[in-house]
Amino acid sequence: MDQEKPKSSAESQIEENLRRVYQQRLEEDVPDRFLSLLQQLKEQDSPDDKS
Amino acid sequence: MTNPETAQHAASTDPREELVEHLPALRAFALSLTRNGSAADDLVQDSIVKAWKNIEKFEVGTNMRAWLFTILRNTFYSDRRKAKREVADVDGIFAAGLSEKPAHDGRLAMNDFMVAFAELPDEQREALILVGASGFSYEEAAVTCGVAVGTIKSRANRGRKRLGELLQLSDDENLEMTDRATMAVVNAGSMSVSFNK
Repeated sequence: MDQEKPKSSAESQIEENLRRVYQQRLEEDVPDRFLSLLQQLKEQDSPDDKS
Repeated sequence: MTNPETAQHAASTDPREELVEHLPALRAFALSLTRNGSAADDLVQDSIVKAWKNIEKFEVGTNMRAWLFTILRNTFYSDRRKAKREVADVDGIFAAGLSEKPAHDGRLAMNDFMVAFAELPDEQREALILVGASGFSYEEAAVTCGVAVGTIKSRANRGRKRLGELLQLSDDENLEMTDRATMAVVNAGSMSVSFNK
């Protein structure tokens, strides 16, 4: 991929912080509401399907 | 991470099974757009439902994350238009929800960064998050946002520049981060202070 590495100190601090922000959220546990949502969708979708 | 067997496996299973793997990334991207924790999760929820119902439009073998991000941002912008709310509801959760680590070592304080980041226009935030944090290439980000690659580059560059201004980052080597209060005093006290070059 063509990640253009920033050269300046200011830019690398910005990039580092962006990654930290994103990473922090990534590492959070996904709330149960999303897992049950997927479960619900699955059940709605194929009520009489073999599962 | 990507081995041929996984790809084959994915092709033979329902792509909807893969949705769950993208939830953390969707939440991270949603937060960067909404800047509000609960709005972000509502947005993710709506996006998941849309993705589920439109799964036949997803081309198996292509980048599902990019596809999901596209759905999420389209949902975000269309909700915004519907609500006719130009000002996002920034409630501070965005900044406050992140664990704070004091920056003793010259690194930026996370909170300062979050506050500055939240001030950027939507399109600059999303460009920066996509290429700067989520690891998308400029091309992938461009497809996700439905714009030209050059547009993504210029949005990201403008976003970086604006962040640098907001955070008073200097492009000189060896920048010293002084906290803002001190800087303000210094600046107010002697306008003619000469900086080391």
